[in-house]
Amino acid sequence: MKHLFNRVLTAVLFTFSSLSLPVIVLAEDAHSIQIKGSDTMVNLGQAWAEAFMGENPSALIAVTGGGSGTGIAALMNGTCNIAQSSREMSEKEYGLARQKGLDIKEIQVGIDALAVVVHPENPVRELTIDQLSDIFTGKVKNWKELGGKDEPILVLSRERNSGTHVYFLEEVVRKGKKDSREEFAPPVLMMLSSQAVEQEAAENKTAIGYFGLGYLNERVKALNLLSEKTKTYVAPTVENALDGTYPLSRPLLFYLPGEAQGIVKEFIDFVLSQKGQSIVLDMRFVPLRSESIPSQ
Amino acid sequence: MSMRRYYEFVIEALIFASGIASIIFVLLIFIFLLKEGLMLFEHVGVFEFLFGKYWYPISEPPRLGILPLILGSLWVTFGATVISVPLGIACAIFIGEIAPGWLKEVLKAGVELLAAIPSIVLGFIGLVTLVPMVKKVFGLPTGLTAISGSIMLAFMAMPTIVSIMEDALNAVPRGYREGSIAMGATQWQTIRRIVLPSASSGIIAAVMLGIGRVVGETMAVMMITGNAAVIPMSFFAPVRTMTATIAAEMGETVQGSEHYFALFAIGIVLFAITFVINLLADFALHGKQIRT
Repeated sequence: MKHLFNRVLTAVLFTFSSLSLPVIVLAEDAHSIQIKGSDTMVNLGQAWAEAFMGENPSALIAVTGGGSGTGIAALMNGTCNIAQSSREMSEKEYGLARQKGLDIKEIQVGIDALAVVVHPENPVRELTIDQLSDIFTGKVKNWKELGGKDEPILVLSRERNSGTHVYFLEEVVRKGKKDSREEFAPPVLMMLSSQAVEQEAAENKTAIGYFGLGYLNERVKALNLLSEKTKTYVAPTVENALDGTYPLSRPLLFYLPGEAQGIVKEFIDFVLSQKGQSIVLDMRFVPLRSESIPSQ
Repeated sequence: MSMRRYYEFVIEALIFASGIASIIFVLLIFIFLLKEGLMLFEHVGVFEFLFGKYWYPISEPPRLGILPLILGSLWVTFGATVISVPLGIACAIFIGEIAPGWLKEVLKAGVELLAAIPSIVLGFIGLVTLVPMVKKVFGLPTGLTAISGSIMLAFMAMPTIVSIMEDALNAVPRGYREGSIAMGATQWQTIRRIVLPSASSGIIAAVMLGIGRVVGETMAVMMITGNAAVIPMSFFAPVRTMTATIAAEMGETVQGSEHYFALFAIGIVLFAITFVINLLADFALHGKQIRT
């Protein structure tokens, strides 16, 4: 009996020691696609994947988030086939890709408009990009200076791993100037997700934050922004983003480690098709072509 | 015979390997951390890194000063210590010295259960209950503040402090208490003058390990402290801790960039802090063994 016990113990110990060996093998399958990246685009990617898998039952697509940078890093390391990104790849990242011998392909798959939001009870309705820059760099600290109540402004930003953060930094805080050295002021709160920004803005009367159009709801109020083109204040809507009058819209991108082939190419063709672009609209983003918007 | 020998040898070898595995892992982790983290100092001076006031890692050129992050971590930890140590000590005294048998078991199980709650769950509960409450009670612009983090982390440090302290109290020989009571001391006098001083080294160790737990905690603080990289001036303002910075930014960094190395360098600083705390705890426990 004791002998048997010893044998069992030995077997168990052997099993454990062999488990600890690094035997992780990533399945490379002709029918599977790994998509990773932008949190803004996770739900969109998921919706495309579901629709595509509905038409091609043998396909297997896994979509995960983590941030645009996470996706691009994964693309470099070969752990995903498509990186979703809500910002363009940086020079640094392109350099790294060249070092790894990758010929990165960029494909625009949709447009996102950023809404600047405040609490519904906030009397401020419209702002200019200059005013937004002053708020987020800490030059303007009180709503009174913007025609609101005499209350300090609580400024909310996304965390640095977010493509939305980088876009807002470049286009709003630095007003699109390449040589600008402006930064988010240190007291700006860095929120972990768009939902976290939405929740804080909905509950806090002095808050101001930003996130993609897709997260907009009636618990927060979206501000109208001054358009350079029309010199009027325009609302963040799909129509205004599509005709380019709304100032804060940005491309949604796919990055591939080379020419698309096989199932990946089929998937991208689907994404760019009429049906794929109507999904973009369903997910409250802006499609690439206006014919995808049904006339009312 | 030879078969038994063979089994014996195999078992001994495996147990030996398991025994030293943890040391090897710690060494490997430490070497990796050093290798990646020290690369930063080719680009940035140590002084500039540790005492720089601005953390703008993704700018060109990046500004990598972690003073706000170090102070943020220390601030939250200090708050959590102030809350959890008196509570933890009182709780351990009650469990170890005063509570009747059945209540003792219930309380011990409760404390252990508290330790079993995943930190993200505590963070989430903190986000939806504690944060709005802090905002309301103190009349703040936002509840995402250092004090929210401290309160939540105090909950996480409590089980460590209570269970280690309770062990320390248990280790005080029964004869000490009986002697004291026999001399006419009350129970409170016995606890205060006899039991606590006898268990003092264990108590210090418990507090140190509790602090160590708090310094390294990530998820909950990231969710409820606001993550603004300012040099904290008050408990009622947002702070950004070192752990939250690493967790929030590691996904984004371009591997091999200064930002990437800087996050590892923050890891070294964190490692150094927890190492010192654990060392102090160890000294405290060790001192006890010499005396008794």
